[in-house]
Amino acid sequence: MKHLLSIHDLSVEQALDILDTAAQLEGLTSGAVKKLPTLRGRTVVNLFFEDSTRTRLSFESAAKRLSADVTNFTAKGSSVSKGESLKDTAQTLQAMGADAIVIRHPASGAANRLAESGWVSSAIINAGDGTHEHPTQALLDAFTIRKHFGPTMRDFSSLKVAIVGDILHSRVARSNIALLQMLGAKVTVIAPPTLIPLGIEEWGAPFSYDFDSELEEFDVVMMLRVQLERMNESFFPNGREYSRGYGLDESRLARLKPGAIVMHPGPMNRGLEISAASADSIRSVVVEQVANGVLVRMAVLYQLLGGPDLNSTGGTQ
Amino acid sequence: MSTTHEILLKSVTLPDGSTSDLLIRDGKIAEISSTLPTAGEVIECVGLRVLPGFVDLHTHLREPGKENAETVLTGSQAAVRGGYTALSAMANTNPVADTAGVVEQVWRLGIEAGLCEVFPIGAVSEGLEGVKLAEIGAMANSAAKVRIFSDDGKCVSDALLMRRALEYVKSFDGVIAQHAQEPRLTENAQMNEGPVASELGLAGWPAVAEESIIARDILLAHSVGSRLHICHLSTKGSVEIVRWAKSQGMAVTAEVTPHHLILTDEAARSYDPIYKVNPPLRTQADVDALRAGLADGTIDIVATDHAPHPGEDKDCEWASAALGMVGLETAFSIVYTTMVESGLMSWQRLIEVMSVKPAEIGGYANQGQEISIGSIANLTIVDPKAERVIDRNDLFSKGKNTPFHGSHLRGDVVHTIFRGKVVLRDQEMTGVVHE
Repeated sequence: MKHLLSIHDLSVEQALDILDTAAQLEGLTSGAVKKLPTLRGRTVVNLFFEDSTRTRLSFESAAKRLSADVTNFTAKGSSVSKGESLKDTAQTLQAMGADAIVIRHPASGAANRLAESGWVSSAIINAGDGTHEHPTQALLDAFTIRKHFGPTMRDFSSLKVAIVGDILHSRVARSNIALLQMLGAKVTVIAPPTLIPLGIEEWGAPFSYDFDSELEEFDVVMMLRVQLERMNESFFPNGREYSRGYGLDESRLARLKPGAIVMHPGPMNRGLEISAASADSIRSVVVEQVANGVLVRMAVLYQLLGGPDLNSTGGTQ
Repeated sequence: MSTTHEILLKSVTLPDGSTSDLLIRDGKIAEISSTLPTAGEVIECVGLRVLPGFVDLHTHLREPGKENAETVLTGSQAAVRGGYTALSAMANTNPVADTAGVVEQVWRLGIEAGLCEVFPIGAVSEGLEGVKLAEIGAMANSAAKVRIFSDDGKCVSDALLMRRALEYVKSFDGVIAQHAQEPRLTENAQMNEGPVASELGLAGWPAVAEESIIARDILLAHSVGSRLHICHLSTKGSVEIVRWAKSQGMAVTAEVTPHHLILTDEAARSYDPIYKVNPPLRTQADVDALRAGLADGTIDIVATDHAPHPGEDKDCEWASAALGMVGLETAFSIVYTTMVESGLMSWQRLIEVMSVKPAEIGGYANQGQEISIGSIANLTIVDPKAERVIDRNDLFSKGKNTPFHGSHLRGDVVHTIFRGKVVLRDQEMTGVVHE
C-alpha cells in the first residue's frame, strides 16, 4: 500500500490489518510512555486547505506518537492564498523532505491528483477531499464499532448500521458505506430525498426516507453533520423540520435497542441532527471516536511509511 | 492571378467510391477524368479519398485576449491539420465579440493567417451577460458579415432575450446557436449527474438542464418562425426532443462533438481534468443515442468545440481546472472510427455532417461544394486505412489538452487544399498563405 486515497483501494485484508495494527498500537501506548520510536527521522506534512482543527490535531498526535517529525501547512496565510497551485505547494513540501503528505482539500479528488499526477513521490493520505471520501474517518469508525461489538471481529455481518443525514455531500458517508459493507455489515442509508445521491442503488446499501420505521433494529446509528450552508439551498425547508424527520432526539434515542451505539464524526450541531441528551447519553461513543482516530491514523502512517515489525521494536512492556 | 497554378491529384478515390485523376486549376476543380496528363504539382493519392474540406461551426480561437492558449493563426493551423477549410470562431474572447470592431478584427486575422476561412460568431448579448442584446445588426453588416450568433460558454437563459434574439436575426437570415444549459440546475456542476458523479463526490450536471432549454427554445423558435441551432447536444433525451421537433417540421439544427461520440463519464474516475468539459461527458446510453442521431439525420453536423487551454489550467485539481478539450486535429479520425468504420454511416453522410451541412447552416457559400468541375477547390484528402496513435506533442494547436493522447484511431487527414493551394501536405504545413 503506497497511498490511502479511498476505501475502494483497500482489500478486506488490508482494512482489517489497519484495524488490528491500531489495536496493537493501543496496547503498546496505553502505559505511561505513549510514544514509540518507530518513525523517528521520518517527516509527515499535514497539508490542510480547509479548516479542520480536530482532524489535523489527530494526525499530528498520531505522527508524534510514532516519533515522526510533523510540519503543518495550512492554506490560510500561506502562499496558497497568494495563488500558488496545489502542484507547486506539494512539490515544495516534497523538496523539504516530506515522506508522507496528509491532505485535506475542498476539491473532490485532490488527494488522487496528488498521488497520481506524478508531481510528488511522497505517500499520500487523504484526510478528506471535498464530498468524495474520508477514509481514516471510516477506519476509526469501524475500529470503534469493533471495540463495542467484538475487538477481533473479522466479519461485521451480524450488525445493522444506519447512516443518517446529508449523504449527498458527505465524504464520511461515502467512506463508511464502502468500508462497513466491505466488512459485511448491513448498512441502511437514511435521508430526505434531496440529500440522497443519484444512483445510490449502485452502492449496494438500501436507502430509506423514514428514520423511524426500523429504528429498533439498528446496532449502530451514525449521525452526519448538517452543513449550515445547506440550510439556504432548499434541500429541506428549515432546521426544525429537518430535526423532526432526521434528528436523533430523546424519543428516538429511547427506542434504540439495548447495546446500540450512537456515532457522530463531529463537530456536532447539537439540537439539529442530534439532541444534547443523545450526544451526551451513555450510548454515545463520540468521544471514543476521537481517541480511536489517533490510533487508526498511527496505524495508517505506520503501514504506509513501512515501520519495522511492531513486536520487535514496540516496546518495553 | 497572373500565372496558372495547377495541382493534379493522381488516382484519388472520389466520394462515390470511384478512382480518378482530379485537376485543380486557379482555385477550382478543372477536370476529373480516369487519366489526366501530368501537370503542375502532382500528389499521388492511391488509396486516399478526396472530400470537400471540413467546416467547423464551433471553434474557440481565444484571440483576442488569451493568445497564450491559441491564436487565429495557430487555430487555423490546427484546422488545416484536421482537414478543415473553414471554421467559426466563438464569441467568448476578451473583449467579447459583441461589436463590429471585434468581429472584424478576428475576420482580418483569419485572412492574414490565410490557411482557411475564419468566420467570426457574434455574441447574442453584450459581454455574454445574458441581459441586453449585443450589436447584432452592426456585426451582421460588418466586413465579417456575421450570420451565427451565440453566447456559447453561457446559455441565453432568459426566455424573453432568447425570443428577441431569434426574431431579430430573421432580417438577415441569421441563426442563434444556443449553448443549452439551465444555469440554476448546473450551479457549481463538475460532471454528468449520475452514479459516477455520486461516487466521486463531484457535483452533478443533470441531463435535464440541457433538455429543458432545448425543448423551450425549439418551441420559442417555432412560435416566432426563426431558425435555431443547438450547440453540442450531449444527451439521449436531447436527441429525442430534436427528433420530435424535426418530425413536426420545425426549423432546428443540432451539432454533436467528436468527444461526445466516444467518451463517457467513466473517464472522470481518474480525476484527471483533461476529461472536464462542458457539457460534460455522459453515459454510454447517451453516446449510443448520439451516434444513432448523427447517423439518422436527427443531429445535423459534427462540430468540434475545440477549446484550447494552457497546460497550467489543467494541471491542477478537477474543480479548479478549465473546461474543454482541443478537437480540430482529431475530429475526422474519431468520426471515421466511431461512425464510418463501425458501419453506422456512409462516406456520403460523413461529407454531409462534416462539410455540406455546416456550410449550409453558416451560409458559407465557398464551402461544402460538390466535388465536380467548377467547384471551388476547398478539399481534404484522407487516408481511411491510417492507424493513428494520437500524441499531444504533435498537435499544431497551442492547446495540448487532448483527452486522446495515446489513443489508437483509424483514418487520418493527409493533405488539405484551400482555394486551390496545398496548405497541408503529408500532414505538414506547406507555408503557403492566401491573401
